[in-house]
Amino acid sequence: MLALTGLRRSFGGFTAVDDCSFTVSEGTITGLIGPNGAGKTTLFNLVAGLLRPEAGSVTFLGEDITALPPHARFRRGLLRTFQIPQEFHRLTVLENLMVAAAAQPGEEIWANWLAGRRVRAREAAVAARAGEVLDFLGLAPLAGTPAGRLSGGQKKLLELGRTMMSEARLVLLDEPAAGVNRTLLREIEDKIERLNRSLGLTFLIIEHDMETVARLCDPVICIAEGRVLVEGDFATVRSHPQVLDAYLGEAGL
Amino acid sequence: MDLLSFVNFYLVPGIVAGAIYALGAIGVTLVFGVLRFAHLAHGDLATFGAFLVLALVGAGMTPWLALPLAMAAAALTAIALHHLFYAHLSRRSAILTVISSLGVALMLRAVVQMIWGVDTESYVSGIDRPQSYLGIRLKDRELWTLLATAGLVVGLLVFLGRTRWGKALRAMSDNPDLAALSGIDKRLTTALTWGLAGLLTAAAGFFLGLNTEVKPLMGWHMLLPVFAAAILGGVGRVEGALLGGLLIGIVEECSVLLLPAQYKSAVAFAVLLVMLSARPSGLLRGKVL
Repeated sequence: MLALTGLRRSFGGFTAVDDCSFTVSEGTITGLIGPNGAGKTTLFNLVAGLLRPEAGSVTFLGEDITALPPHARFRRGLLRTFQIPQEFHRLTVLENLMVAAAAQPGEEIWANWLAGRRVRAREAAVAARAGEVLDFLGLAPLAGTPAGRLSGGQKKLLELGRTMMSEARLVLLDEPAAGVNRTLLREIEDKIERLNRSLGLTFLIIEHDMETVARLCDPVICIAEGRVLVEGDFATVRSHPQVLDAYLGEAGL
Repeated sequence: MDLLSFVNFYLVPGIVAGAIYALGAIGVTLVFGVLRFAHLAHGDLATFGAFLVLALVGAGMTPWLALPLAMAAAALTAIALHHLFYAHLSRRSAILTVISSLGVALMLRAVVQMIWGVDTESYVSGIDRPQSYLGIRLKDRELWTLLATAGLVVGLLVFLGRTRWGKALRAMSDNPDLAALSGIDKRLTTALTWGLAGLLTAAAGFFLGLNTEVKPLMGWHMLLPVFAAAILGGVGRVEGALLGGLLIGIVEECSVLLLPAQYKSAVAFAVLLVMLSARPSGLLRGKVL
């Protein structure tokens, strides 16, 4: 579904991603692990289009998307979330979800004038869908609140909500477990699994919490110094000597 | 002085001037909210719009048909200016774009002077006598200025609050990366911002010319009160720009009660100074639409 080939990206003299290649198969929850500074977040930004690679290509659903801007990648079904949840502070929770709904006729500027009824019908459908998502997440009482006022955990849930609103095929999750208490973490894991099973959403997840990786992810890809070290199921990757080295090396610092 | 003459001689002219400043300040605030830079060519864009109306009126059109046409032309001009002069600087430091917009201001003024000359013109000749509304004396052109401003502001607020495109604009202003990752096309949103700013600015230029005179430096002189209004109201806030514009207009007119009239235009500068020293974070915090 997603294939990275020979990606490279450096910042000044530091090469964050260096000749990195791997694929993500449809329907999987693929884990991406690696020590701090291994290039995981840079990889996500390269895939989502926030950064352009210096070399290599990104292929999504058989199409080379290396040169596409972020919004065009989103419309093809690629969604990226952030380690620190991002939201539109001054937009309400409901509006935040509505912005994430894909391929709306209102996006075409002329449709606002020429096909007002169609736009309004679609807008109403999006609002209804957003209502359902809020119910699913338990955020319904906060629909009219500016999203900037939500707690950290609620923002995490809102990010999942954006995932559900978009018609995404592949979701890039950046550390869903970071800064979340155990109860909420279980809830988030459970929702990721249900989205994967019932909607067939594919996930690529950066995660440091090894319990979460063990429960959710198969396969797991470990990267270090900007390139793939080992790929396989969690048990294989965890016990691989090079992986142990990479993490112990970091601990040694 | 009784209350009614205060209203008629100070408050009404202040509100009219304030409404014009507000139209300019909303454009400044939109550009700052979405693109994060202070657009110094805004005043001269207003001049350009005012002279476009003048040309169309000179060709025999009524001002009320000429105004929408000139607004549309100014919107297209603003979008073109962005693509010609600002777009390629967008990844560099914002100060480069600000300086570039100063250059654009000088160019626009030169174009106006080249085409229409340096003389002072006006849209209509003759005296516009005020009508009395329950004792409040209002000239027709003042009434039109207030009604048109109200209409444009309400229209803009409905557009930003209710339509999908308005939401896209607010989203882009709030968190540009997240907006792009949510499928919002940055180039289209940017063009939309310039289009709206151009529309409002041309209207500001026209109403300034209608209530005073049409001359090549009119917009440049309006720039200071317009920026003072945008900062006073909180940069990036449309309602703030409206409020700030009205306050600056009223304070300017009322200052004549205490100061010689020549100092009127220094008042906006004083307000700007006080605001920047009392709440300097207002501008830098980069509030959003």
